Amino acid sequence: MRTIHELTAAFAKGEASPVGVAEDYLARIGALDDRLGAYLTVTRDDALAAARAAEARYRAKAPLGPLDGAPVALKDVFCTRGVRTTCGSRILERYVPPYDATLVERLKAAGAVILGKTNMDEFAMGSSTEHSAFQLTRNPWDLARVPGGSSGGSAAAVAGGLAAGAFGTDTGGSVRQPAAFCGVVGLKPTYGRISRYGLVAFASSLDHVAPFALDITDTALLLAATAGHDPLDATSVDAPVPDYVAALASGVKGLRVGVPDEYFGAGLDPEIDRAVRAAIDVLRDLGAAIERVSLPTTEYGVATYYVVAPAEASSNLARYDGVKYGLRVPGGKDLIDMVSRTRAAGFGPEVKRRVMLGTYALSAGYYDAYYGQAQKVRTLVRRDFEKAFARVDVLAAPTTPSVAFKHGEKSDPLAMYMNDVYTIPASMTGLPAISVPCGFNGSGLPIGLQLIGRPLDEATLLRVAHAYEQATPWRQRRPELS
Amino acid sequence: MSAVATEYETVIGLEVHAQLATRSKMFCGCPTTFGAPPNSQTCPICQGMPGVLPVVNRRAVELAVRAALAFGLRVNPACRFARKHYYYPDMPKNFQISQYEEPLAEDGSLELEVDGAPRRIGIQRLHLEEDVGKLVHEGDFATALSSLVDYNRAGVPLMETVSRPDLRTPEEAAAYLKAFRAVLLALGVCDGNMEEGALRCDANISLRPRGSTELGTKVEIKNLNSFRNVQRALSKEYAHDYRYFPEPDLVPLQMDAAWVESTRAALPELPRARRQRFVSQYGLPAYDAGILTQSTALADYYEAAVRAHPANPKALANWITSELLREVDAADDTAIARSGISPARLAGLVLLIDDGTISGKIAKDVFARMLASGEDPAAIVKREGLTQVADAGALEALVDAAIAANAKAVADFKSGKTAASRAVVGQVMKASGGKANPAMVDRLVQEKLSRM
Ligand SMILES: [Zn+2]
Repeated sequence: MRTIHELTAAFAKGEASPVGVAEDYLARIGALDDRLGAYLTVTRDDALAAARAAEARYRAKAPLGPLDGAPVALKDVFCTRGVRTTCGSRILERYVPPYDATLVERLKAAGAVILGKTNMDEFAMGSSTEHSAFQLTRNPWDLARVPGGSSGGSAAAVAGGLAAGAFGTDTGGSVRQPAAFCGVVGLKPTYGRISRYGLVAFASSLDHVAPFALDITDTALLLAATAGHDPLDATSVDAPVPDYVAALASGVKGLRVGVPDEYFGAGLDPEIDRAVRAAIDVLRDLGAAIERVSLPTTEYGVATYYVVAPAEASSNLARYDGVKYGLRVPGGKDLIDMVSRTRAAGFGPEVKRRVMLGTYALSAGYYDAYYGQAQKVRTLVRRDFEKAFARVDVLAAPTTPSVAFKHGEKSDPLAMYMNDVYTIPASMTGLPAISVPCGFNGSGLPIGLQLIGRPLDEATLLRVAHAYEQATPWRQRRPELS
Repeated sequence: MSAVATEYETVIGLEVHAQLATRSKMFCGCPTTFGAPPNSQTCPICQGMPGVLPVVNRRAVELAVRAALAFGLRVNPACRFARKHYYYPDMPKNFQISQYEEPLAEDGSLELEVDGAPRRIGIQRLHLEEDVGKLVHEGDFATALSSLVDYNRAGVPLMETVSRPDLRTPEEAAAYLKAFRAVLLALGVCDGNMEEGALRCDANISLRPRGSTELGTKVEIKNLNSFRNVQRALSKEYAHDYRYFPEPDLVPLQMDAAWVESTRAALPELPRARRQRFVSQYGLPAYDAGILTQSTALADYYEAAVRAHPANPKALANWITSELLREVDAADDTAIARSGISPARLAGLVLLIDDGTISGKIAKDVFARMLASGEDPAAIVKREGLTQVADAGALEALVDAAIAANAKAVADFKSGKTAASRAVVGQVMKASGGKANPAMVDRLVQEKLSRM
């Protein structure tokens, strides 16, 4: 399993061809995805056309950059012109967008070869990809287990060697958690770092576009190619994009790493606790100063998130009414009846649950107690982090309280929601956070180390993660799929 | 009836939606041209496709700030958009991006005159929002089997102003709307075309005991000549709770204080100020000044005419108010330009009267010909031989003949009935075919009769 930087280096030297590599990946998808269930749509023809164009550029010694010819997968939440974009939902089962998301435009401009669209929890609501309306996705390390979610298809594709890199979205942990479950890297950049234009909204103030990769160098490449201001997204940050790859090798000597007490409490799997503490020891050995810090509002994160995210979702999903596009269930006696029938048939139970929660939270008489109050808590959580970042440069913590669970294991919604307890705070504050593989439990399931950084300081996160990755053997180990 | 009228008073507040005169929509780049084929002016953003995001049209903000300043509203240092939710198929996202708790501007007023008495009507707030699309039903609304949606209007920038309940009569409400429209036109903020829906008005009407400061039960009266609003009023029955919350896809708009001040400094002269200036600078009666300042185009027309013939602004005002406006609609901004009579030509006509070339009576004929042909008045006068007879010798002969033919008038005059001279003057004018200079004829008749 080769990384993007290894592949494109081989393309440049003429040791591999973009078309040959694309064909290899498509063949592997054809052979393995029946079992893995990572892809909802494979864009074979488009992928091969893009690979041929990349190949011509390499032959002319004029590649577009370090992603030219790189085979990548996209979560089915990003609009792709002419290619159906389902969001894992019946209501958009046949929806074909008339435009490309900014992310997709930027990847195409960088020469990336898009292999297809990956499975996800419906409208990104879930932590296991079990809420997809179409299929189950399996964890490449243990097919009986979930890949995490909601970007489970993208995580499984990269971990299983069905894509060299991928993009997902992280709203409450939807990239970091599946990255941890599947033993790959997942980076949620600062809110606004990568444009959301063309990302089908779940919770607008929490949605982040986020890459998956096999290593930190690839992560830096994927971020560099897609970050930066977009005039089509009013919340995108207008700040220069640094050279993330160049900054990787600086090491961690002199950096201060904070360890938040609240991330190591009850509910944390002891094997994860041990692995993460061992990872922190590695950083200490590499020259970082380790400090205990406290983020007292951590315990309010999940509750706050489950007010804000459903509230915004109830609004964002109001447009799926059967009038303009997507599913329409005919036979309604009037308009409201048609809309009700369409939404009843088009949305799955988790989406309905959250739309109802969110509608309630925004209703007159409840707004102040729920949405208004949640926004205040968000400010408090942000202050917690500001205080911590006055003392340390990055925070180190587990990504998840447990390793990948079995399909059907978490049928209680609350138990599922608690899986996001460590990823939600960085989502609510918009702070950059990354999950890096930091070992395996006794059953050989991957464990993720989470690093959280200051606003727009992805460079430091990547630098710490790179130093750790280079000092440890984890990335050598890959799941056996045959 | 009269007992009720003394115990209760009507309280009216007006909500006016004005389409801002921008080239593109509020949150996307689509054009706003009226009357284009259905759905030809749409894009994924204004159709509310999955994944799209709004971006604020800066020009719309600028125009709204201009209006806010003209009405003396306080422009808030920061304002915010909010989502207003209800299900209706002409609204692509099933929420409308509007402003709620943090509007663009608050607390101003509009000054107007009702029956010559000045009134100041409070304006509570001004905010920005996007328009919705238009439903087209096959046949009658109640029995239509299907409906089609045209999203050309969806996302067109609107400015909503909410007046305080300071209006008491329908006449006051009409005067408010007229004055409001005139200000927007003068500012170039809205084209004011009510037929095309660029200006729409809803009224909140209630009754309350005279002297009370509390509002009674409110009745909302929609612009009932429009199906659209009837339907909207009906659809609102379904959802009174709009579940407003701050639009997370847009950051709060920060208003730069220096920019607001420079916008204020650049405001054009508003109709009311211009009217006052017309009274003081040109000596016009307030009524005439009011008519001439109804629209910027009309006031500009008047001042262009005055520049061409500065000696007689009053006569120019009279010609416009009593003659020109009989032919063109004062409220129609473009009609005056289409009348065919340029300000310079109207000034030329008044000049011909003032220098004695033609009489006022002849001038009306010349005016009629100008309307028909657009010709220069001097050319018409020359070609038609309409120049006044101001030759004293020729006039004397006509006067003598008239005196000879009117023995009775002469006798009356001699017996002290000086008004009898008018009959002689009339005879002379008639004999000259209206071309005799009336002032000269009058003087000659007086002289000759006095000498007899
Ligand atoms: Zn548009």
